[in-house]
Amino acid sequence: MNNKSRGPLVHIVKRGNIPWYKSWLIRGASIVIALIVCAVVTTLLTGENPIQIYATMFKGAFGTPRKIWILLQNLSLLLCISLALTPAFKMRFWNIGGEGQVLIGGLATAACMILLGDKIPNWALIIIMVIAAMVAGAVWGGIPAFFKAKWNTNETLFTLMMNYVAIQLVAFFVIVWEVPKGAGKIGIINQSTMAGWLPQIGNYKYLLNIIIVALITIGMYVYLNYSKHGYEISVVGESERTARYVGIKVERVIVRTMLLSGALCGVAGLLLVGGTDHTITTTIAGGRGYTAIMVAWLANFNPFIMIFASLLLVFLSRGSAEISTIFGLNHSFADILTGIILFFIIGSEFFVKYKLSFRKSAKKEAK
Amino acid sequence: MFDFVSFIPRAVVQSVPLLFGSTGETLTEKSGNLNLGIPGIMYVGGICGVIGAFFYEQSLPSPDAINGFLAVMIPLLSCLIGSLLMGLLYCFLTVSLRANQNVTGLAMTTFGVGFGNFFGGSLIKLTASDVPSIALSNTSSFFSKSLPFADKLGWFGKIFLSYGFLAYLSIAIAFIAAYVLKKTRVGLHLRAVGESPETADAAGINVNRYKYVATCTGSMIAGLGGLYYVMDYACGVWSNDAFGDRGWLAIALVIFTIWRPNWGVLSSLLFGGLYILYLFIPTGMNLCIKELYKMLPYVVTIIVLVITSMRNKREDQPPASLGLAYFREER
Amino acid sequence: MDNRVPAVSMRNITKTFGPVVANDKVWLDIYRGEILALLGENGSGKTTLMNMLSGIYFPDEGSISIDGKEVVIRSPKDAFSLGIGMIHQHFKLVDVLSAAENIVLGLKDQGRLNMDKVNKQVKEICDAYGFDVDPSQKIYDMSVSQKQTVEIIKVLYRGADILILDEPTAVLTPQETEKLFAVLRNMRNAGKAIVIITHKMNEVEELSDRVAVLRHGQFIGDMLTKTTNAQEMTNMMVGHPVTLNIKRPEPVNPVKRIEVKNLTVRNVEGIVKLDDVSFTANGGEILGIAGISGCGQKELLEAIAGLQPTESGSICYINDDGTEEELIGKDPLDIAKLGVSLSFVPEDRLGMGLVGNMDLADNMMLRSFRKGRSIFTDRKSPKKLAETVVDELEVSTPGISTPVRRLSGGNVQKVLIGREIASAPTVLLTAYAVRGLDINSSYTIYDLINKQKAAGVAVIYVGEDLDVLLELADRILVLCGGKVSGIIPGRGAKKEDVGMMMTRLGGKEDNE
Repeated sequence: MNNKSRGPLVHIVKRGNIPWYKSWLIRGASIVIALIVCAVVTTLLTGENPIQIYATMFKGAFGTPRKIWILLQNLSLLLCISLALTPAFKMRFWNIGGEGQVLIGGLATAACMILLGDKIPNWALIIIMVIAAMVAGAVWGGIPAFFKAKWNTNETLFTLMMNYVAIQLVAFFVIVWEVPKGAGKIGIINQSTMAGWLPQIGNYKYLLNIIIVALITIGMYVYLNYSKHGYEISVVGESERTARYVGIKVERVIVRTMLLSGALCGVAGLLLVGGTDHTITTTIAGGRGYTAIMVAWLANFNPFIMIFASLLLVFLSRGSAEISTIFGLNHSFADILTGIILFFIIGSEFFVKYKLSFRKSAKKEAK
Repeated sequence: MFDFVSFIPRAVVQSVPLLFGSTGETLTEKSGNLNLGIPGIMYVGGICGVIGAFFYEQSLPSPDAINGFLAVMIPLLSCLIGSLLMGLLYCFLTVSLRANQNVTGLAMTTFGVGFGNFFGGSLIKLTASDVPSIALSNTSSFFSKSLPFADKLGWFGKIFLSYGFLAYLSIAIAFIAAYVLKKTRVGLHLRAVGESPETADAAGINVNRYKYVATCTGSMIAGLGGLYYVMDYACGVWSNDAFGDRGWLAIALVIFTIWRPNWGVLSSLLFGGLYILYLFIPTGMNLCIKELYKMLPYVVTIIVLVITSMRNKREDQPPASLGLAYFREER
Repeated sequence: MDNRVPAVSMRNITKTFGPVVANDKVWLDIYRGEILALLGENGSGKTTLMNMLSGIYFPDEGSISIDGKEVVIRSPKDAFSLGIGMIHQHFKLVDVLSAAENIVLGLKDQGRLNMDKVNKQVKEICDAYGFDVDPSQKIYDMSVSQKQTVEIIKVLYRGADILILDEPTAVLTPQETEKLFAVLRNMRNAGKAIVIITHKMNEVEELSDRVAVLRHGQFIGDMLTKTTNAQEMTNMMVGHPVTLNIKRPEPVNPVKRIEVKNLTVRNVEGIVKLDDVSFTANGGEILGIAGISGCGQKELLEAIAGLQPTESGSICYINDDGTEEELIGKDPLDIAKLGVSLSFVPEDRLGMGLVGNMDLADNMMLRSFRKGRSIFTDRKSPKKLAETVVDELEVSTPGISTPVRRLSGGNVQKVLIGREIASAPTVLLTAYAVRGLDINSSYTIYDLINKQKAAGVAVIYVGEDLDVLLELADRILVLCGGKVSGIIPGRGAKKEDVGMMMTRLGGKEDNE
């Protein structure tokens, strides 16, 4: 019998259940391989030895207490946005408008700080800021949701366009409020009075942000897994028809979930503007709205795993920023490394779900 | 009186990258792949052209020795190769490894934009060359060369004949793509793959090959958009992030044209027009109003999106299996 | 058996999906000029076996020969070039393309695509076999039987002479079935080899020349149809003797439960799906609903369950104390609270009623998760319910934390019906409850329905197998194009009459 005609050499088989440690082993291995590839790429471009490079990256991310705080602060922001997007994604609502929802939340915060700063007591101002940021974000998420619920309007594109509308809106107000006139930027808001700045806990500038996000993480985990709303979200995401059939009001769930998703993005905007940056620019969200999508997906929508996914991405960006500075390279180097690592992680999911089986009968028959 | 004679040519040059991008993405989506990596691919296409041209210009003994044919072909080929590789990467991950298309696309955009900005910013340092900045005006002049008699024909020449060859290529490709999709066997098979891969598979069509070929072709077409931008529109000067959000607008345009590349020609012109309209509206000293006018293309997209979804016609729907991976033995 | 060379001979075919052995060393011969009926319960591997012949799957082991020559079928394309064509249970058609476009899909003819020429060729085939299809019509505008015709033309257009049909009659009316059988007999007489996969014994006896039986992925045996009978075939399929009678106890003390008056319903596209429909459904009785697929059954059930907006008419629910409540305009939740329970088994089984990716316990929760005022869900009682259903209905599953999508069709249906019954309904609406189920599972479901009837529940049963409907239902309502064609007693009703009523209002031949 001619062995060559015996069908495909490699055969793809879907795995049944795979033990959790094995799947994490595969994912871990993919990250290791990705880090090696990144090292090779970096070496080719800089001529340094790869161990040196990772040492530099590590130093860039964890080198000093200050750097660790910045890392944690970036981590908590990215995590906050990822958490915000998660309920929408679980509902299979492709909200890629996180960027715009964060911006608009930040804009609302800045507006309160500029317009009401020093006019009302600080505690009242902060309460108004929180409410304004959440409402603004919720509106920004709610509009596409309304149209999706009512006419099934494509949400991917709608939320994407809302990002740009938000950017232009910020650009508009930046010119309206620019300080000094003609500068084209706002600068630090209420620098002297610190009105509307979120309070500092002790000497730690970023601690409040981190605590708030930690609480949101736990809350989101409980909300998704144990609440009635969370259950409704899963049902709507898995099968809209089944949801209708058991009497879930799908339209209401879509809008409600997006209001929540948007409001939490608004909180991220509040933390950015009120908590750390104390200013607003069109690029203040820094692409986190998009990165957060990848964080949420990498973690398989599990809030706790998202902590590690965000840590990985933040570490990469902080670490490669350090490389760029030291070796005088462009800062976009971080994006390249992030991209490479993501490609490997994305690809590794295949090996978690499927198994390659090589033709086994071929050898036997050859004997 | 609104100055159409200067407005239309500027709208056209804005529209060309969008048209390349949307034609490429339409072909890709027709195969069932939702490639959100198009913005990244357009960056890669642009920077690869720049790299090709940069090395070619560096290798010349003097700027006058430049050969017109090579000056066009080298950047063109490097652009096509770069975007082809991106297309292959996307296909390998989503088709062969069946990864989530949204996430893969976003990762590709992160990577592509980073790749473009990195090499755009570091090319000079990496090659230890002594030029102060990348300005490939010599190469660019070949790309933006219009027909010699164009400026003799007054407004007609200005509106219709004043563009580089890539602009006309973009329109030709759009019409060819429309013809292929609608009238040929290959187009029929491609539509079947995007609508229902299991049907196509059962009919003996090689689903994965169609997905690969359509997506890679689409990527290369989109890459040309990046090349046009840097070589013709930007006169050979690469500046980081200058290409901006045009890649996303190209994806928006696909839905705007309800997956018809021939509609893309006029729609991209409309988008291009809206994109620069703020420059033509007298606002006096009030600068901030301009920022609101810049919202126009996005707001119009949203409005069109809502209206088409309200009409909800069967023919206007996206390919039915858009965004889904196909595995024959799925049970 | 005889000296003919088989058109297809499959030897030692083995195919596994993960831990599941779908086919285990199967031998099968298919001859030209013969109709072979392939029999077996759900999950016995009939479709898998045929998929390997048509290139969808590739066997792990074993060999396939065509006309005595060993071949390798790697893809559907290879199958076509060997003259093998399969008509799948779920039609493989692209909705937005026309019939002719679907027919030429995948062909590698020379020259450019000339749709006019294709349309003409399709017309020729239609005329030769007496099909009625417009080649330029879009698939999404077609009825189920038209779609099936397109599938058959597609195979013929490719010049196939080995035809495989996977449960072709599941979606057809008796008249359409007759027409299909006539075509198949024509083809057999023209020397083609035909394989038909089916569950229906009467069809096997009526149509086939030879029968082959699979059980649990293994080949049990084959014989000539005329030398066997339904009882023997069933025993071979199941592996032990079964009785083939559906019980129909007399209704005990029927009370009026639902009264529908002049109900008219339009669908989203504005087409009238139900037109002036009136009837009553009684507790302790099974009301069968017959009709060609898509003539308003789904809309009727959904209207009662509150899922379908209505245009005019009324649906009254009558309480035990005689008070009436109008259901139209009520929320599906409130209707469900009255005890109206809808278990709808749609074409893809998991499309409605269950969530494929959730496990059994979470699926049980679909009905009950709102209970209580807490914002959190109660996870304990659904778990208990899932365990009860698994025990009582003998659902075969690795455990209650298995996603429902991993279960076989029959078990999915048991889970769905089990949950609906657990809510102690007063009205049980069920559609296509046994679609695609094998004999054993079907009888389990009939038993369950009969038990509900005995408990005084008003059962509305939409079925597609007329034979079963005639044996099970106390009264039969026949729908024809959204209108009531007639309501007749189930006892003594004739299949031909019902079939006629399904296609013509009132069932009379009218000579206009």
